[in-house]
Amino acid sequence: MTITRRTAIAAGLAMPFVARSGGAQAQAPSRAETLLLVQEYGPNSLDMQGIGSSQPVNGVALNCYDRLLRFKPVPIPTGGGNQVSMGELEGELAESWQVASDGMSCTFKLRDTTFHSGRKVTAKDVKWSLDRACTIGGFATTQMNAGSLEKPEQFVVVDDNTFRVDFVRKDKMTLPNLAVTIPFVFDSELAIANSGGDPHAKEYLKNNIAGGGAFKVESWKPGVETIYIRNDAWKSGKLPQLRRIIARDIASPSTRRALMERGDADVSYGLPPKDFKDLLDAGKVNVVGVPIPNGVWGCYLNTQVGPFKDVRLRQAVAWVMPYEKILQASLFGRGVSMAGGTAPKVAWPQPFPYTSDTAKAKALVDAAGGPFSTTLYFDAGNATVAEPMAVLIKEALSTIGITVEINKVPGANFRTEIAKKTNPMVLNRFAGWLDYPEYYLFWTMHGNNSIFNIAAYQNPALDKLVDAARFASDKADYEGNVIDFIKLVNAEVPMVPINQPTHDVALQKSIGGYQFQPCREPDFRYLTKGV
Amino acid sequence: MLRLIGQRLLTTIPSIIGVIIVTFLLTRVLPGDTAAYFAGPAASPQAIIEIRSKLGLDQPLPVQFVSYVTALVKGDLGQSLTTGQPVTKDLAARLPASAELTLAGLLLAMAVALPLGVLAAVKQGSWIDHLCRVVATAGVSLPVFFTGLLLVYVFYFILGWSPAPLGRLDVFASEPPRVTGLFLIDSLLAGEWETFRAAFSQLILPALTLGIFSLAPITRMTRASMLAVLGADFVRTARASGLSGSKVIGTYAFRNAMLPVVTTLGMVFSFLLGANVLVEKVFAWPGVGSYAVEALIASDYAPIQGFVLTMAILYVALNLMIDVLYGVIDPRVRLEG
Repeated sequence: MTITRRTAIAAGLAMPFVARSGGAQAQAPSRAETLLLVQEYGPNSLDMQGIGSSQPVNGVALNCYDRLLRFKPVPIPTGGGNQVSMGELEGELAESWQVASDGMSCTFKLRDTTFHSGRKVTAKDVKWSLDRACTIGGFATTQMNAGSLEKPEQFVVVDDNTFRVDFVRKDKMTLPNLAVTIPFVFDSELAIANSGGDPHAKEYLKNNIAGGGAFKVESWKPGVETIYIRNDAWKSGKLPQLRRIIARDIASPSTRRALMERGDADVSYGLPPKDFKDLLDAGKVNVVGVPIPNGVWGCYLNTQVGPFKDVRLRQAVAWVMPYEKILQASLFGRGVSMAGGTAPKVAWPQPFPYTSDTAKAKALVDAAGGPFSTTLYFDAGNATVAEPMAVLIKEALSTIGITVEINKVPGANFRTEIAKKTNPMVLNRFAGWLDYPEYYLFWTMHGNNSIFNIAAYQNPALDKLVDAARFASDKADYEGNVIDFIKLVNAEVPMVPINQPTHDVALQKSIGGYQFQPCREPDFRYLTKGV
Repeated sequence: MLRLIGQRLLTTIPSIIGVIIVTFLLTRVLPGDTAAYFAGPAASPQAIIEIRSKLGLDQPLPVQFVSYVTALVKGDLGQSLTTGQPVTKDLAARLPASAELTLAGLLLAMAVALPLGVLAAVKQGSWIDHLCRVVATAGVSLPVFFTGLLLVYVFYFILGWSPAPLGRLDVFASEPPRVTGLFLIDSLLAGEWETFRAAFSQLILPALTLGIFSLAPITRMTRASMLAVLGADFVRTARASGLSGSKVIGTYAFRNAMLPVVTTLGMVFSFLLGANVLVEKVFAWPGVGSYAVEALIASDYAPIQGFVLTMAILYVALNLMIDVLYGVIDPRVRLEG
């Protein structure tokens, strides 16, 4: 065959397709031990304690750093992998730990293990890291405080291998709070050496891993991909089977779904509920769903200004909420309805005693003075789920004489909007990391008026019950308090719980060992890949 | 010539200054609170205040502007909060990706649109003219995300011919040593055929999507300007002199019809470079368009300002290049200072 210009061009165009199979074979060995994860967006930093870290940074903290403790894996009741048990902890960097007999401190014996740099992990590193989390400000400090970890004086180096946390008060969230993705342990010498004088070494740790976790970051291109490689010297748990993880940022959910269905990607997070339902129905890939612990979609009704100051109107909204329709049309069944609860339980979220009952709702509206107009806000970033939800609520409320105007707020504005605490109705999903009812209410209904208390609910009686439950050491006292505040919010409804969404993950059939974590980021340490 | 280019550049300085001021002000009037957004979930009001002062957003506007301009003079565009990196670094990494995609798409569009437009003008009213009209209308009326998803569906999902739409390179390929930032060129320079193949096969579908979209203006402009030229006196003279059809069209008519086409090409290129966000999203292409949009959603000022400024400078450079090109295509055109 003579090579003419035409054949050369044809060959050139065909080349990408022809040479493919050969290339794939040559790379086969690495492919078996490599996991390809596709996600909407990746980390914007490598330091979860740093200010402004985005949600995926939790995954970096989880996989590249160790904490003193971790949550114990327990099977997901519906199968497909493990979730965590809040009350049961196991040692990560801690080989063992012992709470003092007076219940006011806990002593940790550290495992004999090393950082990625090869240096031994010492109590000094643990202290430096926890001090940092408590003093750096922003989310890290807030999260530490949520477990009564408030000041550096609480963290004591006993000797190189022994570390003690002194409690400021008895708080059952203190130990679980040491297992979340904030109080992880840095290689303090490495961090200080590169800090350039900053006591928190913020700039260095934002771009570098200085820890001893199960994975190291091999390459990080913000907005493009993160590549993790196994730390073969990891001793704080069973050595992960996967050697390499490639996490690519693929913004379009349709593309992520196509990648999963074609079998090119191994794991995908964050698809719209409809895609998860379709994938599940098609049966080609596994979909593992866990109802998000301590997470609920709620309609917050402003208790301080506007029409919903009147408790009857709040109850009316709870009576007219189309619970089942919303579950099907906006979550495609990937959640648990919060309608028709019977007796209050020690759990959160739990169904409130309301069902869709237009007659009761109408009567309440009439008693409160008849029809009016109001506005419903939601975050445009959640539009896939929140928009159909808002439309259904608008439709349902129109039947009882409440005219609703829907206002979709762009992401950056949403925080500003809810911080004003003047919006009459807001749809929001809040999920607490620590799965306790009082923890949820502390954020969303307590008189401390955090940004998530969107209803601006103020009730000293509730605050008293929530605080009492939080620091109760006696089980019966605790449960009594919880039942009492559940009863209170059942009647007061500052927030109408709509449903508890499912956290879904799509995995190829060859992928095993799925582990759900409260931070809702993938835990690569447990994942396995079959041939 | 050089002096003229220099003079032209001088006249652009006021517009660049204008762009700097306007983008600065526009980003500041954007609704939304950057500090509240980046304080993350569960932030206390105090944490938000801390972040605001860390970002310098608690300063009065003139103070913020002065510090922005001072940094700008040093070549510092600030830090992006969405990626956590300096904006200059982000743009340097992402601009070549957009440029490569846009250039490939434009070349593809030109390869189809120019002959099609010329033929449609020469054989006005024939089936090829109708084809040209249909192609142009279809191309411009199909939204790019639709074309993109359709192409992914057919060529990747159903047929499996195209590689997975995972961005610029397959996950197992490694980047070529960086020279220009354009993977096709860099891999050739390094002699890495495997990488070239990988980058090329990733590029085909997104480039095709962009190409289809930009077909319309180029085809229609070529056709219209060819029609005008074909009706001109000098073409009639050339025909009357007994020159062959291909000589008349190729040498006399086409070259004269090129001026408006080149202008259109310049416009389409600069438009596509920043505006192909949807293509970037569908194909996970790490370009500047999606970068700017993500920053906009987060009210992240520095990347937006950096993006607009870069685009303005590119636009100025491109227009200058087109002006110079005019002189090459048509010696009668003089570049005026």
